[in-house]
Amino acid sequence: MNKTLATMALGALMAAGPALADLVIPDLSYRTGPYAAGGIPFSDGYNDYFTLLNERDGGIGGVPVRVIECETGYNTEKGVECYEATKGEGALVYQPLSTGITYQLIPKVTADNIPLHTMGYGRTSAANGTVFSHVFNYPANYWNGASGAINYLLEENGGDLSGKKIALIYHNSAYGKEPIRTLEDLSEKHGYELALLPVDHPGQEQKSQWLQIRRDRPDYVIMWGWGVMNQVAVQEAANIRFPMENFIGVWWSGAEFDVEPAGEKANGYKALTFTGLGMDYPVYEDLQKHVVDAGKAAGAGDQLGAVQYNRGLYAAMLASEAIKTAQEIHGTADITPAMMRDGMEALEMTNAKMDALGMAGFGPEFTVTCENHGGPGLVGVVQWDASAKTWNTVQDFKPTDVEVIGALIDEDSAAYAAENNIEARCN
Amino acid sequence: MFYREAGDFKVSYVDDSQTFPIKFDRYRYYVVLAVAFGIIPFIINDYWANALLLPFLIYAIAAIGLNILVGYCGQVSLGTGGFMAVGAYACYKLMTAFPDVSMFIHVVLAGGVTALVGVLFGLPSLRIKGFYLAVATLAAQFFLVWLFNRVPWFYNYSASGQINAPERDVFGIIITGPNAPAWATYLFCLIFLTVCALIARNLTRGTTGRSWMAIRDMDIAAEIIGVNPLKAKISAFAVSSFFVGIAGALFFAVYLGAVEVGEVFGIQKSFLVLFMVIIGGLGSIFGSFAGAAFLVLLPVLLKLIGVDLLGWPTDIVAHLNLVIVGALIIMFLILEPHGLAQLWRVAKEKLRLWPFPH
Repeated sequence: MNKTLATMALGALMAAGPALADLVIPDLSYRTGPYAAGGIPFSDGYNDYFTLLNERDGGIGGVPVRVIECETGYNTEKGVECYEATKGEGALVYQPLSTGITYQLIPKVTADNIPLHTMGYGRTSAANGTVFSHVFNYPANYWNGASGAINYLLEENGGDLSGKKIALIYHNSAYGKEPIRTLEDLSEKHGYELALLPVDHPGQEQKSQWLQIRRDRPDYVIMWGWGVMNQVAVQEAANIRFPMENFIGVWWSGAEFDVEPAGEKANGYKALTFTGLGMDYPVYEDLQKHVVDAGKAAGAGDQLGAVQYNRGLYAAMLASEAIKTAQEIHGTADITPAMMRDGMEALEMTNAKMDALGMAGFGPEFTVTCENHGGPGLVGVVQWDASAKTWNTVQDFKPTDVEVIGALIDEDSAAYAAENNIEARCN
Repeated sequence: MFYREAGDFKVSYVDDSQTFPIKFDRYRYYVVLAVAFGIIPFIINDYWANALLLPFLIYAIAAIGLNILVGYCGQVSLGTGGFMAVGAYACYKLMTAFPDVSMFIHVVLAGGVTALVGVLFGLPSLRIKGFYLAVATLAAQFFLVWLFNRVPWFYNYSASGQINAPERDVFGIIITGPNAPAWATYLFCLIFLTVCALIARNLTRGTTGRSWMAIRDMDIAAEIIGVNPLKAKISAFAVSSFFVGIAGALFFAVYLGAVEVGEVFGIQKSFLVLFMVIIGGLGSIFGSFAGAAFLVLLPVLLKLIGVDLLGWPTDIVAHLNLVIVGALIIMFLILEPHGLAQLWRVAKEKLRLWPFPH
């Protein structure tokens, strides 16, 4: 019913030939609104990878992929509409790229038996597969990010952060609030002082927060921002001459468009990452040949190699590898969402696999299990070079404080399980 | 021909003062009710419920609530989003504190809590009017959103600051949560809308409504003829907030299931509901329905035409959507400043004379 008149009319006219099998991947993207700067490259990367698979390999396991794009505008109401509109098409996996929409979808996908992959965003405690059967957030989550940032600062300070002041400037939403608990627990452990500075949606208004930073002079500022908030924050930091090398953004606050508006002044700004950067991967040759030169690139086709484009590419790659795994497990090429879930739970990413895909070193090696839907949580740090306009790696992927994060994940997922009467799986 | 009073004889005062005195009108109303209650629940699916009907029903309740305040009593309010948030959070606290109580009671109580808060923020209306009152209610909007973001007690200390609706039922039928069947959520909201519309319609036809309208039209004159402005204004705020609170509770518990106050109940929501009331028609119950339908269904319709039928890129359709809806709003307000309800009224006048206009 959801394609309504269009399909019904067409279907009636064409007297429905045998339906061709396809793998349906909905892309809940946002190319409009204050968060479009991040939404566009991610969605382009996500689309382009599946186009590449269709053009080069004829789909996955011989079955073509059909991507249905639906505009959410980063708005939860439109996200729900998109979900309802696409789920009937046999959607295999959802990636809303929005923590707000993720919270909305977690109970829905579980009831509808469709997997949800929130790569580096969403509800962190979904890493606990015993409670969240249909939600996956490998290879890294927000709490890995918070711990990764603190670990990096620890290293910079010779292992001691006691007496240091760290400010967290965050988007005042479920997304921005995610790291607070981890940072609080880590502050007890390492003895730094944490200041919390919320910024309201959409994030253009940050004068008072930066005035406070200027007055209190924290040693480091960590940012959990998205969309237009990032650019404003970097500019404001430049305005109060906050030393950029002491300013670290999460991976969603570390793209080219976040720092370019501030020009030279943004030089030295750091960001976390869990994916590879740049275009120095063989897969880009194929993309150029089969997608861009063929005129089939999504959007304007000008985002190749951008940080968030790479993340979209990576998310699509993980999805397609999970589809392959599911096809192997169930011995059929035309898989259902339930089979897809099994494929995601049995996903194994090895260096050999990524080599073969032309994406060597693009992400970490990891194995998803029934208990662990969160992956290894390895976090790297990159730094912006304003004159060369590139991100340079200053720290390779490193493990994070699993002890603190694990305890928090158990606590939060146990609360969710109690609230919703969920029995632990995987026994 | 069909639509006229002639030949429709009334033999009692009760008959004469009924809501729909014209036979054709009355039957149309019964047919709408019969379709809404008797047919739609059997053919509804998840998409129709969650993408179209639930938002329409819930926004219609909110629009009726705001219409009582703005359209009937003339008190401009920009706090609708904040009051909806009160309803949502009240419902959440009640749902989690008393899991065994029926959802009906929770939603009505949430409306009651919102009515109290509405009265509190309505107090300044006794001293200030017009734009100044609008600013005072705007303060309510920002204060309430800030409060729900700031005080962890309201969201039961959850890590994300979000509230999630747990599974609750009415007489054993699940109404909230992901397992609720589409027909149940639809009927649940429909019952609330029907009751709210009936209450609103009868309130506005009686003494209370007449005193609101007297205050709206000229408050000094109303005071002189014996309307108590304190009672009229405060009761308008209470009734309006009650409806808006019910809408907020349903919006959170039945429709979205998880809510983030800043995003869902921000200032845009206040404007959206106010636009519904203005486009639909100030001081008209039908107008509230028409306005809600216009602003909920039109974007979805345009999206279906643009993306699914014509196959255009989603971002272009999203932008065109804003352009078209904006242009239509301007067009409607220029051609018919009294809203869609006035169009309907004019159509009915024409219909009365048809086919022999003089």
